[in-house]
Amino acid sequence: MSPPAIRVRGLVKAYGRRRAVDGLSFSVERGEVFGLLGPNGAGKTTTVEILEGYRSADSGEVDVLGLDPVARGPELRSRIGVMLQEGGLYPGLRPPELLGLFAAYFDEPDDPDRLLGLVGLDEVRSTPVRRLSGGQAQRLSLAVALVGRPEVCFLDEPTAGMDPHARLKTWDIVRGLRADGVTVVLTTHAMDEAEQLCDRVAIIDAGRLAAIGTPAELMRGTASGEVWIETSEPIDAPALARALGLGLDSVRSAGESEYVITVVIGPEVVAGLAAHLAAVGATLLGLRSGRRSLEEAFFHITASGIGDSA
Amino acid sequence: MRRRAVLAQSRIELLMQLRRGENLVVTLAIPLGVLIFFAKVDTVAADGYDRPLDFLVPGVLALAVMAAAMVSLGIATGFERRYGVLKRLGATPLSRAGLLVAKTATVVTFEALQIGLIVTVGALLGWSVPSGLPLAIACLLLGTVAFAGIGLLLAGTLRAEANLAAANGLFLVLLFLGGMAYPLDRLPDGVAAVARLLPAAALSETVRAALTGTAFPGGEFVVLLAWAVGAPLAASRWFSWEE
Repeated sequence: MSPPAIRVRGLVKAYGRRRAVDGLSFSVERGEVFGLLGPNGAGKTTTVEILEGYRSADSGEVDVLGLDPVARGPELRSRIGVMLQEGGLYPGLRPPELLGLFAAYFDEPDDPDRLLGLVGLDEVRSTPVRRLSGGQAQRLSLAVALVGRPEVCFLDEPTAGMDPHARLKTWDIVRGLRADGVTVVLTTHAMDEAEQLCDRVAIIDAGRLAAIGTPAELMRGTASGEVWIETSEPIDAPALARALGLGLDSVRSAGESEYVITVVIGPEVVAGLAAHLAAVGATLLGLRSGRRSLEEAFFHITASGIGDSA
Repeated sequence: MRRRAVLAQSRIELLMQLRRGENLVVTLAIPLGVLIFFAKVDTVAADGYDRPLDFLVPGVLALAVMAAAMVSLGIATGFERRYGVLKRLGATPLSRAGLLVAKTATVVTFEALQIGLIVTVGALLGWSVPSGLPLAIACLLLGTVAFAGIGLLLAGTLRAEANLAAANGLFLVLLFLGGMAYPLDRLPDGVAAVARLLPAAALSETVRAALTGTAFPGGEFVVLLAWAVGAPLAASRWFSWEE
């Protein structure tokens, strides 16, 4: 088996007294699409920027394609593609000029015209970057990340600000990268994105690894005997627990008007639930048992702190 | 350093400078305007000069270099920093040295254009091109290093808007205190004494001496040299690549 594309061991990075990344370890295999998930400020971008060679680690070891991103930066930079969370494009240039410029940095670049078509920017070839919409700029930024035919591609929130159509298109491009054997590390807030694209996902919370695995593994999680419901308006969780004859902490909030009930589902639970909601004047909008969505897994993992042992 | 990358970068930097209207105003229109205005409206029968143009052309050359190396380069770089372009370039095979070479090439190309235009317009107004041009150009290059250092120091430490204001403000102050459109002697003594320590007057005085064939001013040259060493050092010490 070939060595991993990325290896992170005990990574620590502090800004002042705050530890943005606090002992993070994971590795990404060659050709894998790897997702970094976590709340704002969890340390995702800091981690990615250390891998890109922008910052050095306070302690721990990091290598990308077997190279230290800072010490071997010049060598590494011709083999990686980077999409920053925002910015990075000359506002005064037109898309073909910008892509042509970045292509000139590499020895065997991809064809700028092909890439413009791939990301769907043929229509705006003569529009200066400053007049592109947010989503169009994001797609151009993606094309720029790909123009050097990278072996590893870092995409920081790649679909932020895109309309649904552009988002699906971007997902197709990432799937195409995987088909070509490119290793992709992406950060995202969007659980459906991680679920759709990622071979494996690491959930980061407060700079630590909270969970890691395939989306399916994370969704299976510890979900034995959990029921997820969504209601038309917020309800009182302990009151519902009482109505169902359960312990007060067996109903917990999992989002706005979403709750997870720790109970093995049966007819009496559904009946009790319906009766309680009718009594408090709320409507049941959704109910699911067994398989959790990645979003629920995420809330469960980042809220319960089970990752401390990970 | 990758030659192809540096060439492409230089070409694009020049293209962007040519597209920025405000850049053309400050680097071309203002120097040429100062030259023509002060040549035609003889407000400064510059003391000791046979013709005002002998005083004006060297001053305007210094002004043009200050505009290209400090204002134009500095403002463009400040906005590249604001828009995350500098950060993004940091993740490409284009090295910092490569970027610096491209920016230098752009500034020097622009200055060649400026010098050509100023000398041509000066000649049309009746100025005869003297023999001291090579020494004058050497001084202008030294001035380029000094002003580029100042421009990049501001661009790499201030927010883009503050940098814009600072570069333009400094340009105006140094135009007044630079011995460019009228002699330093016209300033109050105290102000003139300060002005003599600034790079603008040092540049215009050395270029003027070179072009008029008068005794080369050692003091001014030392001031210019000090700025040409100090400003880039300060810029490389304090420049931060992200705003």
